[in-house]
Amino acid sequence: MNAFLYANAWLIITVVKVALLLFIVLTVNAYLTWFERKVVAHIQSRWGPHRVGPHGLLQPMADGLKFLFKEDPTPAGVDRFVYFLAPLVALALALTSIAIIPFGPDPLPWKILGQTIYLGILPPNVNIGILALFAITALGVYGVALAGWSSNSKYPLLGGLRSSAQMISYELALTLSVVGVLLIAGSFNLTEIINDQTSRYGILGWNIFPQFLGFLCFFTAAVAETNRVPFDLPEAESELVAGFHTEYASFKFAMFFIAEYTSMITVSCLCAILFFGGWLSPFPASWTWTYYLPTALLLPAGLWVIWDGLHYETIFGKVILPGIGAVLCILAIALVIFPGVNNYIQAPFWLLSKIFVFLFVYVWMRGTLPRLRYDQLMAFGWKMLLPVSIANVVITSFAILRWGAIK
Amino acid sequence: MTAPLIIFFVLATLAVGGALSLIFQKHPIHSALSLIVVMVALAGLYLLMGAEFVAAVQIIVYGGAIMVLFVFVIMLLNAGIEEHTNFSKLAGFPGLLLAFALTGFIAATIARSTDTVQAASQPGNMASTRDLSTMIFKDFVYPFELTSFLILVAVLGAIVLAQREAKP
Repeated sequence: MNAFLYANAWLIITVVKVALLLFIVLTVNAYLTWFERKVVAHIQSRWGPHRVGPHGLLQPMADGLKFLFKEDPTPAGVDRFVYFLAPLVALALALTSIAIIPFGPDPLPWKILGQTIYLGILPPNVNIGILALFAITALGVYGVALAGWSSNSKYPLLGGLRSSAQMISYELALTLSVVGVLLIAGSFNLTEIINDQTSRYGILGWNIFPQFLGFLCFFTAAVAETNRVPFDLPEAESELVAGFHTEYASFKFAMFFIAEYTSMITVSCLCAILFFGGWLSPFPASWTWTYYLPTALLLPAGLWVIWDGLHYETIFGKVILPGIGAVLCILAIALVIFPGVNNYIQAPFWLLSKIFVFLFVYVWMRGTLPRLRYDQLMAFGWKMLLPVSIANVVITSFAILRWGAIK
Repeated sequence: MTAPLIIFFVLATLAVGGALSLIFQKHPIHSALSLIVVMVALAGLYLLMGAEFVAAVQIIVYGGAIMVLFVFVIMLLNAGIEEHTNFSKLAGFPGLLLAFALTGFIAATIARSTDTVQAASQPGNMASTRDLSTMIFKDFVYPFELTSFLILVAVLGAIVLAQREAKP
């Protein structure tokens, strides 16, 4: 048994990692919906979900159960094979793209079954990181387009058509806007791209400064690729009912939903990694006090949640909220007691914080920006985004030729 | 059987199966989907040979851009199920003959050489991105630029053809 474990250690560990990452991503997805509803509600002076559990914290669970138990009718005249395939394709591709993201520079300090464990599914020496991601994104459009086509209904078809046209247009700008970063880093490898942004002055080494134009183009195109406001034309509910997923119900609809939120996470990861230094701290390396920032963040948060819980109306809230707060406080204290652990989590802490900021920006935009008109969308993609990203490539190339790479 | 060999056969079966399905499917969308399967399986084969860049580009360009355009056009025209007509006489007899000749030729080539078949299923470092770019942008830069010029001309031609005639 033991020999078998050691012989297939790599395979077993990868499967465990995949399962773990899937679990984490799906949980984060569920709470992202809660977060989005809460933030958008507060932007619009509402309360958002607050009935199911304290502060509506159990709402995602209720939603999930509802999705599972709802009736799942198949409309008449659909192309059955493609109709069932489309949500699968959308979800599978969205989840696959997360596998490319590295979540930390150092392997775990101990070996399991004689293997070095890195944070992230792929080992850090995979050379096509960013290209593989683009390949997966490029296929992602089929989920939406096929769902629209196979539903045998007018609104979904229009949604599917819009989404394929939109994705073809914005993919060009998306890919071109990253070329500047690739030129600076000289590699497709995400780990190398991050390490290349290391600098003595912390934040000043990040790609956002030389590549500001690139970042603007990238983020705009990425929002369009993920079909989010203000580019959510494929599912514009004021015009197309619900766009490409009008005819989908129950868990098949949930699959599209999860796919959309997962691609939001992937895009946030990419923004953080390509332009905002990934897991690098924004402070100069000599400022050792910044190592206590996670503690300084967790402890007040924990204390506040305890305080809030004690004043909560329901008995359930009085138990759950202080419980969560206590866990946060214990984590914060543990980080002070074990400096080794504290040092180790610094990199993932910064990466996750940056990802969180971008997720917040996504939600923020949804709460503030109106939807574009379709012709405006196309004109913006082709006449504005594409030329600007090409100009960015040209300027970056000339700058590197003239002054050499910045470091 | 080693793992790469198993993966090779799985991908090869997918590719061949996809290609056959492309021909025999009645609905244009199903044919297009089969073609996507072929593209992705080919990318997997390139990846198996260590040509990571080519694999990624295969999916981005063929699997992504070109096939999305195909699917888009099929959806836009809302093309229905094709009616299969009788084979044309010209395609029937000489076509079959040519197909047999080609299969025989490939089989003979494979049977004669032992290295190439093995090479297809073995991981190796075929073309790194750096080598590839040196080749394209240094050794073959003029043919490369000429090709892009050709594509530009084709794009211009398409725009001219698609333009609505200005009313006099």
